[in-house]
Amino acid sequence: MAEIAKEKKDKVLLITVVGEIDAGSSIFLDNALKEAMDDKEKFIAVNLTGLEYISSAGLGVFISHLDEFQNENVKMALFGINESVREVFAILGLEKLLKITDTEEEAIESLQ
Amino acid sequence: MSEKITIGCSKNELVKIRQFTSDALEVRNVPDLQAHKLVLAVDEVCANLIIHANDCNPENKIEFDIAFKTKQIIFTFRDKGVGFDINEYQSPSLEEIVSTRRQGGLGLMLVKRIMDKIEFSTEKNYNICRLIKIIPE
Repeated sequence: MAEIAKEKKDKVLLITVVGEIDAGSSIFLDNALKEAMDDKEKFIAVNLTGLEYISSAGLGVFISHLDEFQNENVKMALFGINESVREVFAILGLEKLLKITDTEEEAIESLQ
Repeated sequence: MSEKITIGCSKNELVKIRQFTSDALEVRNVPDLQAHKLVLAVDEVCANLIIHANDCNPENKIEFDIAFKTKQIIFTFRDKGVGFDINEYQSPSLEEIVSTRRQGGLGLMLVKRIMDKIEFSTEKNYNICRLIKIIPE
Protein backbone atom coordinates (compact mmCIF):
# COMPACT_ATOMS: atom_id res chain seq x y z
CA MET A 1 0.00 0.00 0.00
CA ALA A 2 2.78 2.42 0.90
CA GLU A 3 6.52 2.25 0.42
CA ILE A 4 8.85 4.57 2.27
CA ALA A 5 12.55 4.93 1.48
CA LYS A 6 15.24 7.09 3.07
CA GLU A 7 18.40 8.45 1.53
CA LYS A 8 20.95 10.95 2.78
CA LYS A 9 21.96 13.72 0.36
CA ASP A 10 24.69 15.82 2.04
CA LYS A 11 22.99 17.37 5.06
CA VAL A 12 19.47 16.57 3.87
CA LEU A 13 17.50 13.42 4.67
CA LEU A 14 15.35 12.58 1.66
CA ILE A 15 12.25 10.53 2.50
CA THR A 16 10.39 9.13 -0.51
CA VAL A 17 6.76 8.06 -0.10
CA VAL A 18 5.11 5.95 -2.79
CA GLY A 19 1.53 4.60 -2.86
CA GLU A 20 -1.34 5.29 -0.50
CA ILE A 21 -1.17 6.57 3.07
CA ASP A 22 -4.33 5.82 5.04
CA ALA A 23 -5.29 4.92 8.62
CA GLY A 24 -3.55 1.56 8.21
CA SER A 25 -0.29 2.67 6.61
CA SER A 26 0.26 6.09 8.26
CA ILE A 27 2.30 4.35 10.98
CA PHE A 28 5.14 3.80 8.47
CA LEU A 29 5.34 7.52 7.71
CA ASP A 30 5.22 8.28 11.43
CA ASN A 31 8.05 5.84 12.09
CA ALA A 32 10.18 7.41 9.35
CA LEU A 33 9.80 10.87 10.90
CA LYS A 34 10.41 9.53 14.42
CA GLU A 35 13.60 7.81 13.22
CA ALA A 36 14.72 11.07 11.63
CA MET A 37 14.32 12.76 15.01
CA ASP A 38 16.19 9.93 16.77
CA ASP A 39 19.00 10.29 14.23
CA LYS A 40 19.13 14.05 14.98
CA GLU A 41 18.38 14.99 11.36
CA LYS A 42 17.94 18.75 10.91
CA PHE A 43 16.89 18.98 7.26
CA ILE A 44 14.15 16.71 5.88
CA ALA A 45 12.84 16.76 2.31
CA VAL A 46 9.86 14.51 1.61
CA ASN A 47 9.38 13.35 -1.98
CA LEU A 48 5.64 12.86 -2.57
CA THR A 49 5.83 12.46 -6.36
CA GLY A 50 4.67 8.84 -6.07
CA LEU A 51 2.00 9.52 -3.45
CA GLU A 52 -1.36 8.65 -4.99
CA TYR A 53 -3.53 9.13 -1.94
CA ILE A 54 -3.33 10.48 1.60
CA SER A 55 -6.05 10.52 4.23
CA SER A 56 -6.22 12.56 7.43
CA ALA A 57 -4.19 9.88 9.20
CA GLY A 58 -1.19 10.69 6.99
CA LEU A 59 -1.75 14.45 7.09
CA GLY A 60 -1.99 14.16 10.87
CA VAL A 61 1.44 12.55 10.97
CA PHE A 62 3.04 15.60 9.30
CA ILE A 63 1.13 18.03 11.51
CA SER A 64 1.78 16.15 14.77
CA HIS A 65 5.56 16.52 14.33
CA LEU A 66 5.56 20.26 13.55
CA ASP A 67 5.74 21.46 17.15
CA GLU A 68 8.64 19.14 17.94
CA PHE A 69 10.42 20.13 14.72
CA GLN A 70 10.15 23.78 15.70
CA ASN A 71 11.49 23.10 19.21
CA GLU A 72 14.40 21.05 17.87
CA ASN A 73 15.10 23.44 14.99
CA VAL A 74 14.33 20.79 12.37
CA LYS A 75 13.25 21.99 8.94
CA MET A 76 11.00 19.94 6.67
CA ALA A 77 9.76 20.53 3.12
CA LEU A 78 7.40 18.44 1.01
CA PHE A 79 7.66 18.35 -2.78
CA GLY A 80 6.17 16.82 -5.95
CA ILE A 81 2.58 16.58 -4.70
CA ASN A 82 0.09 15.71 -7.46
CA GLU A 83 -3.00 17.83 -8.11
CA SER A 84 -5.56 15.59 -6.35
CA VAL A 85 -3.46 15.22 -3.22
CA ARG A 86 -2.58 18.90 -3.21
CA GLU A 87 -6.27 19.74 -3.19
CA VAL A 88 -6.63 17.73 0.03
CA PHE A 89 -3.87 19.82 1.65
CA ALA A 90 -5.71 22.93 0.41
CA ILE A 91 -9.10 21.90 1.87
CA LEU A 92 -7.54 22.00 5.33
CA GLY A 93 -5.32 25.03 4.67
CA LEU A 94 -2.19 23.00 5.37
CA GLU A 95 -0.06 24.98 2.88
CA LYS A 96 0.06 27.67 5.58
CA LEU A 97 1.64 25.27 8.06
CA LEU A 98 3.84 23.14 5.83
CA LYS A 99 6.60 24.11 3.43
CA ILE A 100 5.49 22.76 0.03
CA THR A 101 7.45 23.09 -3.22
CA ASP A 102 7.21 21.68 -6.73
CA THR A 103 10.69 20.20 -7.13
CA GLU A 104 13.39 18.55 -5.03
CA GLU A 105 15.81 21.39 -5.79
CA GLU A 106 13.32 23.97 -4.51
CA ALA A 107 12.61 21.87 -1.42
CA ILE A 108 16.31 21.56 -0.55
CA GLU A 109 16.88 25.24 -1.23
CA SER A 110 13.97 26.17 1.05
CA LEU A 111 15.58 24.25 3.91
CA GLN A 112 18.79 26.31 3.89
CA MET B 1 -29.49 2.89 -8.84
CA SER B 2 -27.32 1.93 -5.90
CA GLU B 3 -24.13 -0.03 -5.33
CA LYS B 4 -23.48 -2.05 -2.15
CA ILE B 5 -20.54 -3.58 -0.31
CA THR B 6 -20.09 -5.08 3.18
CA ILE B 7 -16.72 -5.02 4.94
CA GLY B 8 -15.31 -6.25 8.25
CA CYS B 9 -14.05 -3.66 10.76
CA SER B 10 -10.34 -3.86 9.94
CA LYS B 11 -8.17 -1.01 8.64
CA ASN B 12 -7.06 -3.37 5.86
CA GLU B 13 -10.58 -3.13 4.45
CA LEU B 14 -10.28 0.62 3.79
CA VAL B 15 -8.62 0.00 0.45
CA LYS B 16 -11.69 -2.04 -0.63
CA ILE B 17 -14.10 0.76 0.27
CA ARG B 18 -11.94 3.28 -1.61
CA GLN B 19 -11.70 1.07 -4.70
CA PHE B 20 -15.44 0.34 -4.62
CA THR B 21 -16.30 4.06 -4.33
CA SER B 22 -13.76 5.09 -6.93
CA ASP B 23 -15.06 2.50 -9.43
CA ALA B 24 -18.71 3.54 -8.88
CA LEU B 25 -17.87 7.24 -9.36
CA GLU B 26 -15.81 6.51 -12.48
CA VAL B 27 -18.69 4.61 -14.09
CA ARG B 28 -20.92 7.66 -13.44
CA ASN B 29 -18.29 9.95 -15.03
CA VAL B 30 -17.68 11.99 -11.88
CA PRO B 31 -14.61 14.17 -12.64
CA ASP B 32 -11.34 12.85 -11.16
CA LEU B 33 -10.65 15.74 -8.76
CA GLN B 34 -14.19 15.60 -7.37
CA ALA B 35 -14.11 11.79 -7.17
CA HIS B 36 -10.81 11.90 -5.24
CA LYS B 37 -12.40 14.13 -2.57
CA LEU B 38 -15.55 11.99 -2.31
CA VAL B 39 -13.45 8.83 -1.93
CA LEU B 40 -11.47 10.58 0.80
CA ALA B 41 -14.63 11.57 2.73
CA VAL B 42 -15.93 7.99 2.50
CA ASP B 43 -12.55 6.64 3.68
CA GLU B 44 -12.52 9.05 6.65
CA VAL B 45 -15.98 8.08 7.88
CA CYS B 46 -15.24 4.41 7.36
CA ALA B 47 -11.92 4.64 9.27
CA ASN B 48 -13.76 6.39 12.07
CA LEU B 49 -16.40 3.65 12.24
CA ILE B 50 -13.76 0.90 12.15
CA ILE B 51 -11.47 2.40 14.79
CA HIS B 52 -13.77 4.28 17.18
CA ALA B 53 -17.23 2.72 16.80
CA ASN B 54 -16.12 -0.90 16.35
CA ASP B 55 -12.70 -1.05 18.03
CA CYS B 56 -11.12 -2.65 14.92
CA ASN B 57 -13.07 -5.88 15.49
CA PRO B 58 -13.12 -7.65 12.10
CA GLU B 59 -16.19 -9.67 13.20
CA ASN B 60 -18.22 -6.45 13.17
CA LYS B 61 -19.53 -5.42 9.78
CA ILE B 62 -20.16 -2.16 7.98
CA GLU B 63 -22.68 -2.09 5.13
CA PHE B 64 -22.02 0.66 2.66
CA ASP B 65 -23.95 1.77 -0.37
CA ILE B 66 -23.90 4.58 -2.89
CA ALA B 67 -27.13 5.88 -4.40
CA PHE B 68 -26.98 8.06 -7.49
CA LYS B 69 -29.98 10.41 -7.65
CA THR B 70 -30.72 13.07 -10.24
CA LYS B 71 -29.18 15.91 -8.28
CA GLN B 72 -27.25 14.20 -5.52
CA ILE B 73 -25.06 11.27 -4.56
CA ILE B 74 -25.88 9.62 -1.22
CA PHE B 75 -23.27 7.52 0.59
CA THR B 76 -24.82 5.41 3.38
CA PHE B 77 -23.01 3.50 6.17
CA ARG B 78 -24.85 1.05 8.43
CA ASP B 79 -23.17 -0.56 11.45
CA LYS B 80 -23.98 -1.80 14.95
CA GLY B 81 -21.04 -0.22 16.79
CA VAL B 82 -21.05 2.71 19.21
CA GLY B 83 -23.26 5.40 17.67
CA PHE B 84 -21.64 8.74 16.90
CA ASP B 85 -23.20 11.78 15.22
CA ILE B 86 -20.53 13.62 13.22
CA ASN B 87 -22.65 16.77 13.28
CA GLU B 88 -22.21 17.02 17.05
CA TYR B 89 -18.42 16.69 16.84
CA GLN B 90 -16.48 19.93 17.29
CA SER B 91 -13.29 19.66 15.25
CA PRO B 92 -10.22 21.11 16.99
CA SER B 93 -8.50 24.03 15.28
CA LEU B 94 -5.30 23.43 13.29
CA GLU B 95 -3.36 25.42 15.90
CA GLU B 96 -4.72 23.16 18.64
CA ILE B 97 -3.75 20.05 16.68
CA VAL B 98 -0.20 21.36 16.15
CA SER B 99 0.36 22.45 19.76
CA THR B 100 -1.01 19.24 21.27
CA ARG B 101 0.95 17.12 18.73
CA ARG B 102 -2.14 15.00 18.13
CA GLN B 103 -2.65 13.01 14.95
CA GLY B 104 -6.45 12.87 15.00
CA GLY B 105 -9.04 15.54 14.40
CA LEU B 106 -8.48 16.32 10.74
CA GLY B 107 -10.65 13.54 9.28
CA LEU B 108 -14.09 14.74 10.25
CA MET B 109 -13.04 18.31 9.40
CA LEU B 110 -12.36 17.04 5.86
CA VAL B 111 -15.71 15.21 5.69
CA LYS B 112 -17.63 18.32 6.73
CA ARG B 113 -15.81 20.46 4.15
CA ILE B 114 -16.24 17.97 1.29
CA MET B 115 -19.86 16.91 1.79
CA ASP B 116 -22.95 19.15 1.57
CA LYS B 117 -24.98 17.38 4.23
CA ILE B 118 -24.40 14.71 6.88
CA GLU B 119 -27.26 12.81 8.52
CA PHE B 120 -27.13 10.42 11.45
CA SER B 121 -29.94 8.20 12.74
CA THR B 122 -30.50 4.87 14.46
CA GLU B 123 -32.92 2.19 13.25
CA LYS B 124 -33.39 -1.31 14.72
CA ASN B 125 -29.96 -1.42 16.45
CA TYR B 126 -28.25 -0.01 13.38
CA ASN B 127 -26.46 3.31 13.26
CA ILE B 128 -27.02 4.96 9.92
CA CYS B 129 -24.73 7.69 8.64
CA ARG B 130 -25.53 9.38 5.32
CA LEU B 131 -23.16 11.66 3.45
CA ILE B 132 -24.88 13.72 0.79
CA LYS B 133 -23.15 15.48 -2.10
CA ILE B 134 -25.19 17.80 -4.28
CA ILE B 135 -24.29 17.52 -7.97
CA PRO B 136 -23.84 20.96 -9.53
CA GLU B 137 -26.31 21.71 -12.39
